[in-house]
Amino acid sequence: MKVVIVGAGPAGLAAALAARAHGASVTLLDAADEPGGQYWRHLPPERPSANERILHHGWQRFTAMRRALEADAGCEIVMGAQVWAIERSDAPAQARTEAPMPAAPVVVHVLVGPPDGTGRAGRTFRPDALVLATGAHDRTLPFPGWDLPGVFTAGAAQAFAKGERVAVGQRVVIAGAGPFLLPVAASLVATGARVLGVFEASRIAGLVRGWLPKPWQLIGAAKKGGELAGYVGTHLRHRIPYATGRAVIAAHGTDRVEAVTVARVDANWRPVPGTEQRIAADAVCVSHGFTPRLELPIAAGCAISSSRFVEVDEAQQSSVAGVYAAGEITGIGGVDAALVEGELAGHCAAGGSPGDPEVRRAAKARTTFTGFAARIEAAHGIRRGWTAWLDDDTLVCRCEEVPYGRFRETAAQTCGSGLRSMKLTTRAGLGICQGRVCGGTVEELIGGGPETAAGGLLDQRGVAATTDRRPIASPVRLGELAGGIGPTEPTEPHLSKPTVQKGHQ
Amino acid sequence: MISDIVVVGAGIVGAACARAFAQSGCRVVVLDRDAPASGTSAKGEGNLLVSDKGPGAELRLAQYAASLWPGVAAELAEELGAEFPAIEYERKGGLVVATTGEGARPLLDFAASQRDAGVDARAVSIAEALELEPHLNPDMTAAVHYPDDAQVQPVIATEALLASARNHGADIRPFVAVTGALRDATGRITGVSTTAGAVPAGAVILAAGPWSGEVSAMLGERLPVRPRRGNVLVTTRMPHRVFHKVYDGDYFGATQSSDAALQTSSVVESTAAGTVLIGSSREQVGFDERLRVAALREIAAKALRLFPFLAGASIMRSYGGFRPFMPDHLPVIGADHRTAGLWHASGHEGAGIGLSLATAELLVAEFLGRAAAIDAAPFRPDRASLAPYLDEVA
Repeated sequence: MKVVIVGAGPAGLAAALAARAHGASVTLLDAADEPGGQYWRHLPPERPSANERILHHGWQRFTAMRRALEADAGCEIVMGAQVWAIERSDAPAQARTEAPMPAAPVVVHVLVGPPDGTGRAGRTFRPDALVLATGAHDRTLPFPGWDLPGVFTAGAAQAFAKGERVAVGQRVVIAGAGPFLLPVAASLVATGARVLGVFEASRIAGLVRGWLPKPWQLIGAAKKGGELAGYVGTHLRHRIPYATGRAVIAAHGTDRVEAVTVARVDANWRPVPGTEQRIAADAVCVSHGFTPRLELPIAAGCAISSSRFVEVDEAQQSSVAGVYAAGEITGIGGVDAALVEGELAGHCAAGGSPGDPEVRRAAKARTTFTGFAARIEAAHGIRRGWTAWLDDDTLVCRCEEVPYGRFRETAAQTCGSGLRSMKLTTRAGLGICQGRVCGGTVEELIGGGPETAAGGLLDQRGVAATTDRRPIASPVRLGELAGGIGPTEPTEPHLSKPTVQKGHQ
Repeated sequence: MISDIVVVGAGIVGAACARAFAQSGCRVVVLDRDAPASGTSAKGEGNLLVSDKGPGAELRLAQYAASLWPGVAAELAEELGAEFPAIEYERKGGLVVATTGEGARPLLDFAASQRDAGVDARAVSIAEALELEPHLNPDMTAAVHYPDDAQVQPVIATEALLASARNHGADIRPFVAVTGALRDATGRITGVSTTAGAVPAGAVILAAGPWSGEVSAMLGERLPVRPRRGNVLVTTRMPHRVFHKVYDGDYFGATQSSDAALQTSSVVESTAAGTVLIGSSREQVGFDERLRVAALREIAAKALRLFPFLAGASIMRSYGGFRPFMPDHLPVIGADHRTAGLWHASGHEGAGIGLSLATAELLVAEFLGRAAAIDAAPFRPDRASLAPYLDEVA
């Protein structure tokens, strides 16, 4: 069995270990320089720190997983590996000359090397099973001034803190929605910033409905509760004001952020007039949740749910036989859910079953996390009223500099056309990030969104018509693409024997 | 209310028909099962070409279309105002290049035959070609300049035509799918049944592009339109270094062939936004949207033969669309000879953006009994070259 795993965050690492334990040979691919993903992002090896564990929950677990895989000859870890396309090999029109067909009907196209370098090497994999653990990135809603220097996504601020030990500012405001705001605050405090306040747009009632009905589930079965308690402890120690039902509705400054306006918002996240409060700050970090990275699962043909996650069964297998998914792309559940899902996905991708004794704990824990993502969404999910804080000059799409006023005008002129037409007419979402930042915003401004039952964006073509569909999953140079013609590109054999046999087959 | 005309399909051909009929005083309803401009019209480069067509009926249609575009572009700009995004009509010209020794003669002969048919096709020296396109690979064997090749941004053009049609009273209904025909006792089509109820009409114009075969079957008549897939690569924005539509000579071979196997030829051009579009491939793979890396690799390799500097260009997306392919390589325009009340405006393959305006004018002329600007007989559904295919199992 040859298992290819995309993503070396918590889910991918756990999948690699479990697949190895079940006897498969493993290739673990990740675009970053170091394994660990967003969660265990850390200092590069040339600048080691003895204090990683202070900034990282589960640091010992990470180092143990990493060491085990690095010492294992049956696991190839390829860092700097950009999966730029997944091709389906079960295309009906394609000649099926090659026998035998691999189990997973996919061909994984990878470029290895620094993305800004010229000498990336192409590799192509035809694995027996594929595990996708591509994670998520921050979702940030636009607001007036959000394009000023000094405005960061919470994820970027976290990355600076964890990866560079640099605080993004001296006096920082954190705003948005979701439990992620708390660890960002903790990281910033740990790197010496003064956090002026954490402003959570959801209101207390929402939080009560989402989090509090069954707190024992969080504290008892999952470490999430403990983690949360740690963050709350940090908050108390440093006396960071934490307010709910409030949002940063504007950032001000000439060359960079000098102040922000915070206002109360109603249950629908619409700002309440007269409640605006100006706070002097030199940085603001915003996160309104996460967007799962779905381009590779969509390319592989995986069914996507109406709430935009990869649909998986109890073995973490997607709708495509041989293609598994784990971690945030199957639901925003945090690190503990990702570890458990990764373990199950890796074990089953290697030929195991979720009923096997060695994954009993993981299978049981998985049921605990079921519904966790739904509770986060119920408590912190984006509400439609946020568009009221936009003004005509607010950029909807930063890459192509499309202001809200022009976007709205075009929508009116074309009678609120479809997503593809709006993108091509306004250019929103057509820039270098390919809608990764603004895709959700554009979809919501058009008024569609995944929950639209009839018509709207998710018409007959379903998820194929959304901004998450990106057949070219990361930029590729024309020379790299052309260079792949001919026999120069090393192609992995369709079936390869594992280099190490362990466990039962 | 009885609509005079129902147009099925809100792509550019349907949009052009809607506008032309609405301007002629007809009451027009446009139906699309999807959003406007979301199918083939949103998946191409926006070519208004004469360079790729040999002497014959399609070239005459293209020349007629080329004569209409400047006026319509100006009318739309004036009618819709500055708030409406520009359709980016630009008569930038095409440059067709032979890259092999054996390719030079056929290209120059082809250009000579086009000149006889009234096309401005100027054989230029390598030095002149490099003056037109300084970054072109100087290692070429022949070049022909076509000043009349033009482009539009096809989605904005479609939306502009629809907006204008709306101004003239047309009713555009997206997300309404046709499910069948309404007929009177004589069998004449008197409208369509849809997912949103019956829409009566005096005439039904089928402008559903590659899906026209499907819809035509639903309306009871066979139409041999097949999807032919094309792919285009899009670079990130870069300084303007490609000034014309630049092709390699293989393009003629690809458009004229009915071989299902992958064919590519190079088409490279810049857009107003600063991206470079690199096409294109042609495959008959049904409505299969899945990416095929081999097709992209070939497009890339051929584009580099034209513009070596593009080796470092970053491709940020690709898009694939389905062009409506006809077995006799001509669009089908006019009244169906088998069923009264059914009209066709389909099968333009990769040329529908450019040919849309001419198609609409021919239909309006036939419908209202006016004289048409060019002979429409070669495009009629009852033409001899199409007859063998009308009974073929779709």
